[in-house]
Amino acid sequence: MSAPSARPRDPYQLGHGHEHGHGHHAATGHGEGGPASKRITTAYGFWIFLLSDFVIFAGFFAAYAVLRDQTAGGPAIGGIVDPSRVAWQTALLLLSSFTAGLGSLAAARKNLLWSEIALLVTGLLGFGFLALEFAEFAKMIHEGAGPDRSAFLSSFFALVGCHGLHVSAGLLWLGTMMAQLWAKGFRADIERRLLCFNLFWHALDIIWVAIFTMVYLMGLVA
Amino acid sequence: MTEEQTGSDDHDVAPGDDTDSGELGGGLTGYIVGLALAAGLTAASFFILKSSVIWQPAIPAALIALAIAQMGVHLVFFLHVTSGPDNTNNVLALAFGVLIVGLVLLGSMWIMAHLNHQLMPMGEMMKRMR
Repeated sequence: MSAPSARPRDPYQLGHGHEHGHGHHAATGHGEGGPASKRITTAYGFWIFLLSDFVIFAGFFAAYAVLRDQTAGGPAIGGIVDPSRVAWQTALLLLSSFTAGLGSLAAARKNLLWSEIALLVTGLLGFGFLALEFAEFAKMIHEGAGPDRSAFLSSFFALVGCHGLHVSAGLLWLGTMMAQLWAKGFRADIERRLLCFNLFWHALDIIWVAIFTMVYLMGLVA
Repeated sequence: MTEEQTGSDDHDVAPGDDTDSGELGGGLTGYIVGLALAAGLTAASFFILKSSVIWQPAIPAALIALAIAQMGVHLVFFLHVTSGPDNTNNVLALAFGVLIVGLVLLGSMWIMAHLNHQLMPMGEMMKRMR
């Protein structure tokens, strides 16, 4: 505790702890050792971003919950839900989350071919999800149930559309990752980007769970 | 620099890290178990809507419970957030996020429900404004 020169790995005295435990001086997550590696701090920072994204979605969810019954004589939620389409969307997004996980496993083993295949399948599943959502929106707008019809429909389009925009951004990111992986291989920075992409994609699935429960299934109940 | 790549940080975990140590949620089995659990919970959500297994007025509560369970499955098996000592930072951040989400959601609904309760009905208000 009193011999700073005895800890060459910790020049800034960040972890002025005692020596015990895991047999190395580097960051251990117990507040000992110096700052964590770049991979850890990047993923943690991105985790914080995702949580802030959840807070933004909470605002949209709150708006939807509050405005759900303000239909202004227009269609209510029960009339616009197609259970089989929602089931397909959910299946596609859940499967894409699974293949994204497989992709992270392949990337951890530095297998370029399987990483690219997993990313491609993930992208196709995500694209299928988006196509279904787009068809739903187009049909609703065509039937005069667009976002300008009532406060309820405004909040519906804002919430579901915000998730759809996130999926679109995820697809763009996914294509970029495929190209970068192809061109640059498993460099440390590319691996960090892949890690963040996987976090993002899984987080989208979590938000979809909330949407299909709170918007679609609850809409069928009431 | 080399140390960073040889995994000196295997006792420090960020969300999304594959812990791969035989714990809950590591490796391929983790993803398969996660997929099976999530698919099962989703199927249950859709199922209880159409069946009479659950008492009708309790269905929303059951749906919320199933959704929260599924979010937990996603967090554990896909995002690899655990309750281990190396995950303290992640879990604390998540807890704070959940607190804010809860405040925003429940707070808005509570306030607006009371407002609706206190305000006179729209038709009545129109009549008095004339």
